[in-house]
Amino acid sequence: MIRKVALLAPAALWIGVFLAAPLGLMAYVSTLQRGPGGGVIWGAHTADAYVRFLFERDLSDEWVINTDYLRIFARSIWLAGVTTLLCGMIAFPTALWMVFQPPRQRLLLVFLVTVPFWTNLLVRTYAWILLLRTGGVIEHAWAWSGLGTLRLNILYTPWATLIGLVYSFLPYMILPIYVSLERLDRRLVEAAYDLGATKPRMIRRVILPLSRPGLFAGGLLVFVPGLGAFVSPELLGGGKTLMIGGLIQQQFGQARNWPFGAALSFVLLALVLVALVVRTLRVRGRVLP
Amino acid sequence: MTGLSLWRMPGARVIGVAALLFLYLPILVLVALSFSADDSLAGWSGFSLRWYRAVFADDNMLAALRHSLVVASCAATFATASAIMAAVALDRARFRGSSTVEALLGLPLVVPEIVAGIAVLLFFVLIGFRLGLISVIVAHIVLVIPLAYLPIRARLSGLDPSLKEAAADLYAGPVACFRRITLPLIRPAIAAGFMLAFIGSLGDVVVSYFVAGPGATTLPVYVFAMVRMGVSPEVNAASTLLLLISIAVFTLSSRISRRFM
Repeated sequence: MIRKVALLAPAALWIGVFLAAPLGLMAYVSTLQRGPGGGVIWGAHTADAYVRFLFERDLSDEWVINTDYLRIFARSIWLAGVTTLLCGMIAFPTALWMVFQPPRQRLLLVFLVTVPFWTNLLVRTYAWILLLRTGGVIEHAWAWSGLGTLRLNILYTPWATLIGLVYSFLPYMILPIYVSLERLDRRLVEAAYDLGATKPRMIRRVILPLSRPGLFAGGLLVFVPGLGAFVSPELLGGGKTLMIGGLIQQQFGQARNWPFGAALSFVLLALVLVALVVRTLRVRGRVLP
Repeated sequence: MTGLSLWRMPGARVIGVAALLFLYLPILVLVALSFSADDSLAGWSGFSLRWYRAVFADDNMLAALRHSLVVASCAATFATASAIMAAVALDRARFRGSSTVEALLGLPLVVPEIVAGIAVLLFFVLIGFRLGLISVIVAHIVLVIPLAYLPIRARLSGLDPSLKEAAADLYAGPVACFRRITLPLIRPAIAAGFMLAFIGSLGDVVVSYFVAGPGATTLPVYVFAMVRMGVSPEVNAASTLLLLISIAVFTLSSRISRRFM
């Protein structure tokens, strides 16, 4: 037992001291008063950071409702949700196609989907700037192929952020669906056909239910990082598509409002934990009827 | 079987091929443009290495690349060592608190990067830890422990328990058993875990952005700052370098795990 504790100590202590404790500290900072020139006043507690999320003081020093921040949160949830949906719609047929390939090609395809998963997110996002910007690769290729002039005007809009998010997280969705379909018992498919099912009906009634665990797992793997995304909205969305991540960063940068930034981080973390708990409960509900 | 056509999914095939193109075209465009002779950033006018020469003539960029490699090597080494120990301790173990420890080891995968970055930054500022390369390494170790831990853990739980029992029967103590039996068997997983941890650290921009002090900029942070200023052919070349390093290391790690596991 002592040996086990000693073996576990480095990894557990490192994460405990340099992640779990800082998260606790962040929660504490969110209850502090903002210092006059930035920073915080230690020991001076206030719920200002959380009140500020919904209210602001108007000119006559009255609290009035301010939906700016709520709107940014709603936008983040909406963008992460649409990203999840689009990834699911692309990933399900893709995984299905991969599963029905011969084994050697299947391995290659899994490898090809995994590579972007492990390549630099920043670099992959940057590539989209080259494609989407005015006078960029897409407009250039369009003109070059004789299709006339094309004005995309899409970079630095929510649409570009959405493309970047789908692009960043698509492999996170394909792989779990693929894994849940990999061991698909082909006799089930044959049985469905024998019973007179058409192909669409077979997919809907046999394959879709079997891939549900993968869809849920993938949905979570896309939604959670999508919610806290920082790189895509920052590089592709411009100033108009502020998401939670960018808002948090602003509080520690220009705005110098640490308690508010900490409170926002804490709310984001809470949203993520809620998504995880919902997922765990759903899985449990299925496994233990 | 009622005929092969029933296994074919023409619609799925179209979407699947399109999805792969979608995943790879932007990367290929970036790599191609980094070798383009002109600086139009959209067209091709002949092969040239001038942007790579520009990168290697830029002292700041070289320093950033060096920082990235130092951080990734240090973080991956420490993370892998601690992950091996943790995986050995948790293998087939059910003791009080083992699931808590397991959850703790998975925590870095769950916390959004931006939240982790802010929290660690606040912590460093509070305890008066000077921001520099060391602070980046400390934060990266946290991020990449799970990446090193998961493959090692998976390999350990796939080992035949009778091997260890046979070693014990032959009077091998726990240390000898680990050195002579377990370690050789999990070596491929250790290599794979180390490489994944290395790429994980190399790819991080968000956490580094917060905890890298002045003079400790890593290459992704440097590129991020440059991209915010606008696109440039040098960024293409630097990005391609980052891309190629991570693809090469990942390919190596997946070859190792496929051959030996």
